[in-house]
Amino acid sequence: MKNYNPKNRYDFSVIEQWVSPNARVLDLGCGDGMLLNYLSTHKNTTGFGIEKDKDNWLLSLKNGLDVIQMDLESGLAGFEDNSFDVVILSRTIQSMRNIESIMNEMQRVAKVIIVTFPNFGYWKNRLQILKGTMPVSKELPFSWFNTPNIHLCTIHDFDNFCNSHKIKVVERHIITDKKAIKFYPNLFGALALYKLVKK
Amino acid sequence: MKEKNSVGIVKSSLFYSSNHLDLESGIRLDSYELMYETYGSLNKKKNNAILVCHALSGNHHVAGRYSKEDKYPGWWDNLVGPGKPLDTNKFFVIGVNNLGGSDGSSGPKSINPKTKKIWGSSFPIITVQDWVTSQNELITYLGINKLAGVLGGSLGGMQALQWSIQYPEKLANSIVIAAAPNLTAQNIAFNEVARQSILTDPDFNNGNFYTTKKLPKRGLRIARMLGHITYLSNDVMGSKFGRKKINKNKNHQYSFNTEFEIESYLNYQGDKFANEFDANTYIRMTKALDYYDPAKSNVKNLSKVLKKAKANFLVISFSSDWRFSSERSKEIVKGLLDNNIKVSYAELSAVSGHDAFLMEDEHYHGIIKSYFQKVHKQL
Repeated sequence: MKNYNPKNRYDFSVIEQWVSPNARVLDLGCGDGMLLNYLSTHKNTTGFGIEKDKDNWLLSLKNGLDVIQMDLESGLAGFEDNSFDVVILSRTIQSMRNIESIMNEMQRVAKVIIVTFPNFGYWKNRLQILKGTMPVSKELPFSWFNTPNIHLCTIHDFDNFCNSHKIKVVERHIITDKKAIKFYPNLFGALALYKLVKK
Repeated sequence: MKEKNSVGIVKSSLFYSSNHLDLESGIRLDSYELMYETYGSLNKKKNNAILVCHALSGNHHVAGRYSKEDKYPGWWDNLVGPGKPLDTNKFFVIGVNNLGGSDGSSGPKSINPKTKKIWGSSFPIITVQDWVTSQNELITYLGINKLAGVLGGSLGGMQALQWSIQYPEKLANSIVIAAAPNLTAQNIAFNEVARQSILTDPDFNNGNFYTTKKLPKRGLRIARMLGHITYLSNDVMGSKFGRKKINKNKNHQYSFNTEFEIESYLNYQGDKFANEFDANTYIRMTKALDYYDPAKSNVKNLSKVLKKAKANFLVISFSSDWRFSSERSKEIVKGLLDNNIKVSYAELSAVSGHDAFLMEDEHYHGIIKSYFQKVHKQL
């Protein structure tokens, strides 16, 4: 469940800067729909949310979204090539089974791709592993036995992935508690935000 | 005792159209009548009307009861009423018996004004498009320029879809549930078996059974039994009936008497239906289903056809519905997405099969309630 107060969602304001006014946006795993809601308020965007979970789906509908219930694992069939300006995968990639397939699909349907994920290389996560337990934090609130997160990665990992998959990183913004992290981001950054395009 | 959230005691009305109607088949109806009911009240702007379209065996009696003693309420009473998902405190809801029906609208059972005789087999075959044309006449008569929405499940959902194509300017929202852009071969096949069971019933008498007073109950009964099998999922049939027998004696009877509960259920449903429903209407309704195909059997065409649509859409399917599968609803969604039309789509995990669209389910009704709240805000 992704259910945050938008006032606390500093990442929204970062994403907002990467989205041009009136853009057509597709939000994959839109949760309660607050991000699209935020973008439509601030940038007059249009578009759709995609959400698999039925309770989140209903929250999105209640929050005024046009939302399609489908499983991202089966791709984005139904969406034509380049039918969106921006496609967003926010705090969802780590719970997906087939990362390569969804990254390909995102490149197919939109010019600009925004991906955000909790950085597993964040020092607090590293510390917990050093202490001998799986990390549990604000960004990773689940225990090892009930976590939906099966593909956690670090900022280095994701950079390498983009490099080897011909995806160009246009912008990268690493944050911890509403603060931009420039110094050793893979160690001190809790959340990573990427703006990507096809190489 | 007052029923909770019920529209209460209701009355039907009859709309007479003196305008002729040129049917898709090429036949002209010089005039016709439509039986309808309304619930709630039309607001001053006359923009809060919702048309509820019925499926194969439905009619205009969507909600409420005709008297205190009335055993059953309207067919979608769990959805329509004050405070219910389609809230009659907010919306003016219209139910209509479709042309060719047997509940008061012009149909095989009614009198042909030209000949002053019962239409019987001579009543023409009506299509979804014809229904929508006639429904538009009715709403115009009621003083409504634009509907806030059209809502329907199954064949009713096809009408909701057709409305968006046929009268794009007159519809703000289309709610399409457990429907499809056309029937599959398998679906037409089921309909054909149902029709053949009626057409070959000796009492059917080529559709002119009203004078002989012998109704083709056997055919209608079998048609309905077949229908019921396809409206339920294997799972729900298994959990409801399984291999249970009607008497506790587990030994086989080695006879053809009703023995399994599922047999008993189908026989009961078949008998009930055969006593209430009109065989001529049934075969015509199934034909309307078979013929409906706005994209002319080409999935890609659907996007072109929907280019005209201006309504916002809510599309709902049920994963256990194998007669109108989710894949078919997704074709509609795809056609809408291709045209950048606002659409929300939910695939519900209800286990009941096609019948699920009529059942009361918290999440399902929650979706419809939320959607109509949104519609109401936009009035």
